[in-house]
Amino acid sequence: MAEITYREALNQALREEMERDESIFLMGEEVGEYDGAYKVSKGLLEAFGEMRVADTPISELGFTGLGVGAAMVGLRPIIEFMTFNFSILALDQVLHSASKMLYMSGGQLNIPMVFRGPTGAALQLSAQHSQAAETWYVHAPGMKLVTPATPADAKGLLKAAIRDDDPVVFMEGELLYNVKGEVPEGEHVVPLGLADLKRQGGDVSIITHGKMVLAALQAARKLDREGIEADVLDLRSLRPLDVDAILETVRKTNRVVYLEEGWPYAGVGAQIVSIIQEEAFDHLDAPVLRVTQADVPMPYAKNLEKLAKPDASRVVEACKKVLYLD
Amino acid sequence: MESSVTERANADSSREGENDPLRGYGREELHGFLRRMLLFRRFEEKAEEAYAIGKIGGFCHLHIGQEGAAEGCIGPLRDDDYVVSAYREHTQALAKGLDPRHVMAELYGRSPGVSAGKGGSMHIFGDQHGFLGGHGIVAGQVPLATGMGWAIRYREEDRVAMCFMGEAAVNQGAFHESLNMAAVWKLPVIFVVENNEYGMGTAFSRVSATRVEERSAAYGIPASVVNGQDVLEVRRHFEDLAREVREGGGPRFVEIRTYRFRGHSMSDPVSGTYRSKEEVEEQKERGDPITILRDRLFEADLLSHEELEAMDQEVRKEVEEAAEFADEAPMPEDGELYTHVYSHINEHGRLFFDGRDR
Repeated sequence: MAEITYREALNQALREEMERDESIFLMGEEVGEYDGAYKVSKGLLEAFGEMRVADTPISELGFTGLGVGAAMVGLRPIIEFMTFNFSILALDQVLHSASKMLYMSGGQLNIPMVFRGPTGAALQLSAQHSQAAETWYVHAPGMKLVTPATPADAKGLLKAAIRDDDPVVFMEGELLYNVKGEVPEGEHVVPLGLADLKRQGGDVSIITHGKMVLAALQAARKLDREGIEADVLDLRSLRPLDVDAILETVRKTNRVVYLEEGWPYAGVGAQIVSIIQEEAFDHLDAPVLRVTQADVPMPYAKNLEKLAKPDASRVVEACKKVLYLD
Repeated sequence: MESSVTERANADSSREGENDPLRGYGREELHGFLRRMLLFRRFEEKAEEAYAIGKIGGFCHLHIGQEGAAEGCIGPLRDDDYVVSAYREHTQALAKGLDPRHVMAELYGRSPGVSAGKGGSMHIFGDQHGFLGGHGIVAGQVPLATGMGWAIRYREEDRVAMCFMGEAAVNQGAFHESLNMAAVWKLPVIFVVENNEYGMGTAFSRVSATRVEERSAAYGIPASVVNGQDVLEVRRHFEDLAREVREGGGPRFVEIRTYRFRGHSMSDPVSGTYRSKEEVEEQKERGDPITILRDRLFEADLLSHEELEAMDQEVRKEVEEAAEFADEAPMPEDGELYTHVYSHINEHGRLFFDGRDR
């Protein structure tokens, strides 16, 4: 198995899927001539031409709706958002058109489409360029949402997302693109709706998704040094959601911390906590705690940004709390 | 920019012997135009009646007064062309070939409705007929039509995508983003603005810095203006437009000047603070597209009172049958609540979070 970056894994998935199916096209800002703002689409314009790798004006609402319209008549668009911050301009088309089309047309028009790009904060990009957008999208029935954390999952989940016949939001991470890992060559598909236990440990469960998987694993290593063994469950897919895997780790450790990059109010963790208390109440030995971004817009100053972001040390603290160790 | 179709059409009609509005159309064809507009009118009147007695709920926006646009724009299209519209779309759906019984059943929220009773008045869909909704957010359908144009170019087909919108839509960002992209990529889209002067209760001129017909100029898209109350003018114009766009001429923009004889929706008054009763009455008196065509046919001896009466009876019967069909049709089964949310239920994981899976 080759060791490649997360970025290269996405590129492989795009290239292989576009070779397989001519109805797939990639559209977005800078995806063609510039090779992608984060170089995810490097070389694809040359390989597939400008109808299939289309540079757009900076018109997120317009080109996203264009994608939905093309999907209504049978194409399989992949819309790239330079970052999900800008996707908010397109939310009308994702929510009102893509996620509801099948329902309001009485089953006539499904939307086989992927919306992809990085979510969450990078470094010192401040308020409008640093936010996790999962909640906006996972909220709506009709949508599916996946958040790969590793290069292998990036490739396998992107292939599955492209092949899915419903709209799938595919959230990457700016700070993940350079991460390396082993990725199977050729056909490697990770089905939507399957979580992955990234680390085994019996004392406490850290459940998370996307880029935060890395922080969770870091926290688990710190805990390990103190003799505490943590399960790290990577949800990978937020809708469909692998509830069985969540309940399994809860039943095993009886103590849970949910870690996410987004804000706490109505965040992904709020839903996970709700499911756990409804379906595994008797297995809990402590309240479920959440580690999230501070409930403020992202500040610019280095020290404030550090305070605002969830990190491994805060996860360690939370784990100790649910273990009643502090 | 090439000269607009209207300019050429005007030049044509000024030529000797070519200013007869009926020119080029045979008796049967003309009867067809009239009959379909009558059907649209009677259909909407029936919907109005059904709404009043609670058979139809929610929002219901009628096209009464604007029938000339539905017939004139869609008539020249092929079956495999795409039409996408906003929420005042019942008659456009009928014009594209949807069965009045199943459209009425949709308004009634019944299972055999075109959208299985899940869409209602604002979400009429007929994929088999290339009628792709029925969209409820002002200008939300404009990017969609642009995408249909993109797909046509992508597959190198010779179809046309037609996008209807009200005049208020031209003040939305989605409209401008779409026109720019359609022009950049020379997409086969006809953007049709039905200017009935009022966005709900706000006169266009009160909230708009420039006129509708000027709005495509920034993107270099040829614009034209037609009188929507004259179905023959609309029809003639769109025959040319559809041909030009089909032949690769790129997008077109048309303002159709029309007037709505009813309130914005069934929940709104016909007149009131924003327009006077007299204004509406005057428009109905001199601008009814059905009356205008009827009188022309009378004058040209191409229609008798008996024929008109028979035609009207026929469409009334058709509409009556549609209403009976809708009224007798079953409601969707309770189990339909959860169908059509996803086309593919993944093998793994939970997709619904309201507790029904447990």
